[in-house]
Amino acid sequence: MGVFKKNGSQTVWFENPPVIISTASVVGPQEGEGPLGKTFDKVFYDTYCDEETWEKAEQRLMLEAMKKALQKANLQEKDIDFMLAGDLLNQIVSANFTASALSIPFLGLYGACSTMYEGMALGAMLIDGGFAARVLVGASSHYSTAERQFRFPTELGVQRPMTAQWTVTGAGAVVLAEKGSGPVITHATIGRVIDMGQADPQDMGAVMAPAAADTIVRHLQDTGRAYDYYDLIYTGDLGTYGKKLADHLLRQQGYDISDRFTDCGILIYSGAQDVHAGGSGCGCSAVVTCGYLIEKLKDGSYKRLLGIGTGSLHSPCSVQQGSTIPGIGHALVIEAR
Amino acid sequence: MSEAIVSEKQRKEYAAIVSRVKPKPRVWRNMFWAFVVGGLICLIGQVFYNYFLSLGLSLNQAGAATSSSLVFIAAFLTGLGLYDEVSRFGGAGGIVPITGFANSMVASALEYRAEGLIFGVGARLFTIAGPVLVWGITTAWVAGILYYFFR
Repeated sequence: MGVFKKNGSQTVWFENPPVIISTASVVGPQEGEGPLGKTFDKVFYDTYCDEETWEKAEQRLMLEAMKKALQKANLQEKDIDFMLAGDLLNQIVSANFTASALSIPFLGLYGACSTMYEGMALGAMLIDGGFAARVLVGASSHYSTAERQFRFPTELGVQRPMTAQWTVTGAGAVVLAEKGSGPVITHATIGRVIDMGQADPQDMGAVMAPAAADTIVRHLQDTGRAYDYYDLIYTGDLGTYGKKLADHLLRQQGYDISDRFTDCGILIYSGAQDVHAGGSGCGCSAVVTCGYLIEKLKDGSYKRLLGIGTGSLHSPCSVQQGSTIPGIGHALVIEAR
Repeated sequence: MSEAIVSEKQRKEYAAIVSRVKPKPRVWRNMFWAFVVGGLICLIGQVFYNYFLSLGLSLNQAGAATSSSLVFIAAFLTGLGLYDEVSRFGGAGGIVPITGFANSMVASALEYRAEGLIFGVGARLFTIAGPVLVWGITTAWVAGILYYFFR
């Protein structure tokens, strides 16, 4: 049997497009105060989220998002075939510990900040492949846990460069199902890892922009679609400067998508919040997708979205040893039904 | 970008685009505020120093008392979550004085408290301050030897 659900080199299409039957987003205070504040299901007004440590707070965010997504779909844990989740922390502890509180067969994922899109792509494949009827997908990040692991203690006085981004404190969760009502996932374009020789972890937009641009071009070539088939094309967390770079790279290859191109990291905070280049982290694309973008599909503002979850694939050790940073971008087509 | 392995030429071209798009650090503005904030911390130190001298402390004693006072204030502000704002705004002006050193140790202590007193606070207290001590002491040692031979 040939590969009959794959178009071109990187894009899979779904025969019976899996349905996003429910989504949930839970965020911290700064995200709640941002321009998308009203689109989130729950806002914690303290970054500890009623827990003792920031690590536990991040698990709390993810668990609440998962439970909320189940509750909104009127489902129990036993109704879910698989849970796919990941986060930024070592050994993806936030996802592992959340899974230990839910009795659902679990596959842990790491795609850095692209994890939500990696998870939704895999979840859609599990469903359309006939291996699952319902899949729960989630991703989380927390400003303070990411700062500690990747940068400095949170109370240390440092001056961040203007290209630095602010890790989103938040978690998003999605229930995908073979049938039901809601937006559907029709295609997924799995990204290639691209290392353009950038090595600055304070400028992740520059690391990820080539991977995002590559996936967008691949997607349009694989599907034979013009970019204006989509009402909106957005990336996960390129930030202000990363988006400019992706725009530039796309134009170099003959695609000018700038009239409908945005980025979750730019949408989530306002300029007045002093976050420099915008939001980042697994939670960034997760909460903006699960809150704002799904809302826009449901109210009819948009019909077809092309979303690219972007990830910067470095560790603190790889950076200190002077390695350059590879980036990745996974694209999903989400259409209103 | 049609091949998975990116050529050195493509990397160079991309680096050139990145440096065009990347905002330039606002050096003059940052230097100005570093001067103001750093100068202000030194001014506060001088006020303390004169006050301690007026109490009848010797020059050495007044210096030590001034350092301790500044360290205490910086540690206290770090605990309140305010000192990182000073350095975020003042840059090197907040990092270089003794108050920045206090901030680096208290911030580490707070951060790793949850991992226990031995392997958390104990092992990681000098995560940020450690390199300053190691290379500061090494430099002093080299300077001392040079001084011994070439004075």
